Amino acid sequence: MKPSLRKALLSLAVLLFWLGVWVLASALVGQELLLPSPLQVLRRFLALAGTAAFWLTVGTSILRVLTGIVCAVLLGTLLAFLTEYSALCKALFSPVMMLVKSTPVASFIILALIWLGRGILPAFISALMVLPVVWANVSAGIAARDPLLLEMARIYRFPRSRVLRRITLPTLLPFFRSALSSALGLGWKAGIAAEVLTVPQPSIGKMIFESKLYLETTDLFAWTLTVILLSLLIEKILLKLVLRAGRKGGAVHA
Amino acid sequence: MLELNNISVRYDGKSVLSGCGLSLGDGERLALMGPSGCGKTTLLRVALSLQPPDTGSVSGDPGRTAAVFQEPRLLPWRTAAENVNVVLSDTPDTMPEALSMLERVELSDAVEKYPAELSGGMQQRVSIARALAFRPDLLVLDEPFRGLDDELRGRIVSLLNTSLQSASLLLVTHSEEEAKTLGCRVLRYQDGRFV
Repeated sequence: MKPSLRKALLSLAVLLFWLGVWVLASALVGQELLLPSPLQVLRRFLALAGTAAFWLTVGTSILRVLTGIVCAVLLGTLLAFLTEYSALCKALFSPVMMLVKSTPVASFIILALIWLGRGILPAFISALMVLPVVWANVSAGIAARDPLLLEMARIYRFPRSRVLRRITLPTLLPFFRSALSSALGLGWKAGIAAEVLTVPQPSIGKMIFESKLYLETTDLFAWTLTVILLSLLIEKILLKLVLRAGRKGGAVHA
Repeated sequence: MLELNNISVRYDGKSVLSGCGLSLGDGERLALMGPSGCGKTTLLRVALSLQPPDTGSVSGDPGRTAAVFQEPRLLPWRTAAENVNVVLSDTPDTMPEALSMLERVELSDAVEKYPAELSGGMQQRVSIARALAFRPDLLVLDEPFRGLDDELRGRIVSLLNTSLQSASLLLVTHSEEEAKTLGCRVLRYQDGRFV
């Protein structure tokens, strides 16, 4: 059996196992209000997905959260270059990044509620959660450049742009992919949590909040499933795009 | 062309070079010989401005400099051809030149291969091709023929001889024969100095 097929079968078996546990637990509890079964959640999810309001809600939340993530990725990368190349910038920004990383997201949400409007808050919170992760990973990538290759570039008088394209970016790429992978999950979760607390209209967070308010547990599960699926889908698409950009730029083997 | 005077270098408090010097004229070929750990490579690094000396001075302008180190220092994400072309214009315009140089080091069949797909000796030949393609005024070689069998080594040495023409050469080697074939004046390590 091919290793890839074996891996796929194993993943499927694991998924089926946990679905089985869920079915069993739901049957034992016996109340949809407390724990709906996977089938009930799937039915509700499909019913929601058949409405235009669902797609408007999902689209708006994606736009909000991705705006925050993209801003954080750009700013985090820029800051990483600044802090790796300038000791002063490193001294200035490293404690800020540590502070952002260690502060509970709820504190930021409450503070941002006071400072900012509800509409912009989920994007801001996503950005804040993603920023230190991207900064730390990209900084590690810049620091991981092979000093022997940098010496070679110095001897052969590479212009700065060539050092960037041929040494820095290819070294950075795996770190960037890993940053993006962690950041997307984190940003997505923080963004939706911020939506739940600020209930902007329309948003997935508002729908989750209302599900809780009206004790529509199946809806809560269906919206949670939506968030998980979107998170996985967006991560896969973005990582593929980064890999393709890397291949095009010669940073990874074609 | 290149003058190193009274160079001293210490690593972690341990003296590696103490008051060493050398002088390399235009077109001159010089070989440094001595036991392992005597500071030959460190002296080359000082000559290449990769290592600032603790004391002493480096003067003169060697012009375009190329180097072949003990390790090939190839970009792992570029093919053999791209690794040579990267020291030229790094555009398709100079690719024929890179390919021709790889042909001269007998790597025509490996131009599209990545360093990880090449043996140690083949990687070293890519590094030599890269140095020659750069058309240097000074070529610095630090035991560059490791991993090459005797026959191939002979052909590469003779390629270097014909390609270098008026360029200066600074070689670190353990082989007297290599130094002689390349027409080098030999400086041997003796009592902490190269004489």
